[in-house]
Amino acid sequence: MSSTSAADSIAARTDVRPAAVEAQSLGFRYGDRAALSDVSFTIGRGEIFGFLGPNGGGKTTLFRILSTLARPQSGSAAMLGHDLASDTIAVRRKLGVVFQHPSLDGKLTVAENLAHHGHLYGMRGGPLSDAITRALNRLGLASRAGDIVETLSGGLQRRVELAKALLHQPELLLLDEPSTGLDPAARRDFSNYLAHLREHEGVTVVLTTHYLEEAERCDRIAILDGGRLVAMAPPGELKSSVGGDVLVLHASAPDVLARKLMQRLKLKSQVVDGTLRIERPRAHEIVRDLVDGFGDEIESLSFGKPTLEDVFVHLTGHRFVIDPEPAAKK
Amino acid sequence: MASIALQAGTLWWREIARFVRQRSRVTGAILQPLVFWLLLGAGLKASFRPSGMPEGMNYAQYFYPGVIVLVLLFTAIFATISTVEDRREGFLQGVLVAPVSRTTVVLGQALGGTTLALIQGIIFLLLAPFAGIHLDLAAIAVTTAMMAIIAFALTSIGLVIAWRIESTQGFHAIMNLILIPIWLLSGAFFPAEGAPVWLEWTMKLNPLTYGMTALRRGLYLAEPSSFCAYTHFKPAAAIAIVFAIAMFALASRVARRAAV
Repeated sequence: MSSTSAADSIAARTDVRPAAVEAQSLGFRYGDRAALSDVSFTIGRGEIFGFLGPNGGGKTTLFRILSTLARPQSGSAAMLGHDLASDTIAVRRKLGVVFQHPSLDGKLTVAENLAHHGHLYGMRGGPLSDAITRALNRLGLASRAGDIVETLSGGLQRRVELAKALLHQPELLLLDEPSTGLDPAARRDFSNYLAHLREHEGVTVVLTTHYLEEAERCDRIAILDGGRLVAMAPPGELKSSVGGDVLVLHASAPDVLARKLMQRLKLKSQVVDGTLRIERPRAHEIVRDLVDGFGDEIESLSFGKPTLEDVFVHLTGHRFVIDPEPAAKK
Repeated sequence: MASIALQAGTLWWREIARFVRQRSRVTGAILQPLVFWLLLGAGLKASFRPSGMPEGMNYAQYFYPGVIVLVLLFTAIFATISTVEDRREGFLQGVLVAPVSRTTVVLGQALGGTTLALIQGIIFLLLAPFAGIHLDLAAIAVTTAMMAIIAFALTSIGLVIAWRIESTQGFHAIMNLILIPIWLLSGAFFPAEGAPVWLEWTMKLNPLTYGMTALRRGLYLAEPSSFCAYTHFKPAAAIAIVFAIAMFALASRVARRAAV
């Protein structure tokens, strides 16, 4: 007993276990189009890690590789110490996956779906029914055990998906766009639950998202654009890298205005999708000069602390386009 | 080994549970061949007498085992459509990230489809006395075993296609193109003996012909004298078994290579 706790405390101080995910220059192509090129990253145990990017940025391909559905065409990745390509079954035992599209059988009850899942993971009998009860209780689904899944609301189905993914007590939970189809309140609940899981059970959480608020709540995020990793850091650090404040100007002729700003005020600005952006510390001090000098040409002006969207624009030079209904169909 | 049985077993169980909960599937799969047999068998009995048919047999009797295979065929098609839907709707993704080999997944699917087909085949077998076919226990046992083998082969062919095709429409098109002709040319409808030579050879090269023959022999076990022209039971059954195993091996190979 005492030797175990001693070992535990040593492990806590220096976590000698292999990283949750270790990826080395992953690459994947669909014909001529590179979906991922040279993507490397390390995710620590117990981290909540998010891949942020627009649709088509490479998130889905990366998710498919990490979930063992697709093999990387170049590079390699290890999850919890097991190589994804050669030791796939060992990875799958320790991995829980929540898909963007429902993976439940609508014709079966909630409990039947979980039992089916448990059997696939080699669970049976008493331990399986205990695990089902536990999973249902922790997600507040105990009264729904006998309901046919297709009769449940979207939010409840989402919770059953999570209960299913956690049934076999995975060490790493991988989620693809977890907040798609959830209203803001349900989104917040979901995200709080993930934080709780990490806190109390040490589960590593890896998710993909195109919601900036969801990315904000991650410990670290990696920004994917055009199949490349353009940044990887805690959200706060990324935002402070933008350089102070952000001014966004709407103008009828942004290019002309940009040139004038350079000539007359020596102000560097960037035209992004018809808006003019100025990034600089203490940007509020120049607002007066702008309005006095170019009041006729500026239609509106907004001032703000940098958001992750600003980070994205800063790094890629184009806007973070949010597809209004990305979940509709593949 | 135990875990493979558990995994394939749970996939098998799900196919059955889904089927039972969709009443239209149950009704459709039984009624369609029944109507087919009653109308065609009765209508053709009087006027249609294929050459090469054994003496003392009417067409409804000849056609009866053909309809059994049609029942198996319809159920196999329905069962494998659920695989196309599972892929499209995302259920299969959850199965494929579990620590399960794809061969086990295909085994569960194939056994599920086989069981459903077999249950309906047995229900249809109960109608044999109405076709003037008298079954003893041995005939029922041999017929049931042959139905299981044929159903397994047909479900496996369905799975080969289901694991490659994205849409249910595409699946129907391919099924009609492959499975219905295989059935038509298996001796279900008319015997190979007496058909034009090219057709006779096509039928002899059709693997389902042998399952069909073995089933027919099992069904008329009590009266072997009327079947001197047919392939003997043992070689026919052996070819049917080899065919079923080959189709399963092909389905599992296709599944292992499929992207989901």
